[in-house]
Parts: sequence; structure tokens; C-alpha cells
Amino acid sequence: MNGKARRSFKLMIVDDSNIMRRRIERSQQFEELELVGTAGNGEDALELFKKTDPDVVTMDLTMPRMDGIECIGRLVALKPSIRILVISALADKATAVEAMERGANGFLNKPFTDRQLNEAIAELMR
Amino acid sequence: MLYEQELKTFVEGTTNFFEVAAQQPATLGSPYLMEGSPAVHEYTGVINISGKREGVVYFTAPKAMLTVLLMKMQEHDFSHETMRDLVGEVANTISGNARRDFGRDFVISVPSVLTGEKKPEIPRKPGLRSFIIPINWRSHSAKLVVSLT
Repeated sequence: MNGKARRSFKLMIVDDSNIMRRRIERSQQFEELELVGTAGNGEDALELFKKTDPDVVTMDLTMPRMDGIECIGRLVALKPSIRILVISALADKATAVEAMERGANGFLNKPFTDRQLNEAIAELMR
Repeated sequence: MLYEQELKTFVEGTTNFFEVAAQQPATLGSPYLMEGSPAVHEYTGVINISGKREGVVYFTAPKAMLTVLLMKMQEHDFSHETMRDLVGEVANTISGNARRDFGRDFVISVPSVLTGEKKPEIPRKPGLRSFIIPINWRSHSAKLVVSLT
């Protein structure tokens, strides 16, 4: 034992697809990530954020009620240290740039493999 | 007006979806111009397109195909709601990926889903053309329909 406690991170998954939320939850392989909740749109994500204070967020962009781009800006305003990985089908560079400018830390296009997901999360937590 | 060469991005997006999400490639037939109102399968995911281009993109598939696709995606829920979710997600992914070529002014809606024999409404716009891209995966057939100005 080296006496170093492993830091844990609270994870929130935001995507309007139940299938995608379950896929991300099932495929991520980080013991230090504790899932604190999932949301299907930006508005619900903000509510969930206030209750659970996550450290790491996976964020879809095309969602009803409040899209991911707006939600990223709001989350970063509430917690500047939050780490956000965008997971979206939108594959144009301008959208990725806008998400990063709003405060996202990584961008992964759908569809993705388990390996791509885990590499992107690892990069996010580095 | 939608040109046949522009369909390449949808063909590539569909091929990529099955290769990555289902780990098994699909075979796509040659796209052809849609005439009239072709039959749909049991589940249809529809994306409305606005911005620089207008129209709809929809993916229509039978329940049997979606069930196997869910199995390949390690899903255990095969309910009606999950089928609706999947068909919408496929349409969303293929349409969203097309922004790699069409750019961010190719604005996609959140998916809407039709079930049974209900057919998507194709907007009447000057210059709009509709193509059908046949999709064969394992023993199942589905279609991607691209109707754009």
C-alpha cells in the first residue's frame, strides 16, 4: 500500500437517448467514476447538477428543451472546474470548436467504440 | 437541389454506423430516386432538416432488424420504447454525421418517431429531390430516405 488514496469523480451522463445513456454507463471502465445521475435534456441536467455536483459530464448536443451547447455554458458558469466530454453525432468542426469555446474539454463523435469512449474519458480526467 | 454525389456522405455514415455500433457491416444498394410514397417498415426515425438545406432524412426498419441490432449493442431491453429510441438514434447519428460535409448550417432536429404504417411527411419545396438508399444487414432490409432541397 502506498498510502495514496485514489481520487473519485462524480459522473453525470446527459443524452436524450436511453440507449446511449445506458451504453455510456456500461462501457466506461473507470473504477474512480461514480455515476450520480443521468438526464435526457439540458434543463434536467442543470437540475441534476444542483443536486449531485458532478465532476465529470458526458454531454449530447442535439436534445429537446435545452441543447448541449447552452447547457455546457451554464454548467461551466456554475462550476468552472467541471470536466465535460461532448458525445455527439454532429461531425462538423465548427460545432466542436463552439463546444470547446463554451467550456467543453473533449469531443467524441457518435458512433463510437468502447475503446474510443474510454480513451476520451481518460484524456478528460488527466 | 440534392445531387446524387451528395448522397456519398449518407452512404458512408450508414456504413460507419453499422460497422461501429453493431460491429458488422451493412451492404448498401445503389441509391435511386423516390417516386410516390414508398412503404415504410414498423419503425421510422425522422430528422427534419433546416438551414442551408431543407427537407427530411428518415431511417425506416423492421422490428426484427432493430431487435438484433439492440442485441449486438449489448442491450437487454427490447420494449417498444427502446425500439423507438433506437430508430431515432440511428437517424440522428447518420444525419449528424452528414454535417462533416454539409457544415453546421445543415441544421438537424431532434428525432421524431413513427410506428406502423405512418409515413413521414415530405415538405413540398422547390428543387427538393428524394433518394432511397437500400440497406441490407444480416438477413434484414431497411431504408434510408434523403429528401433535400
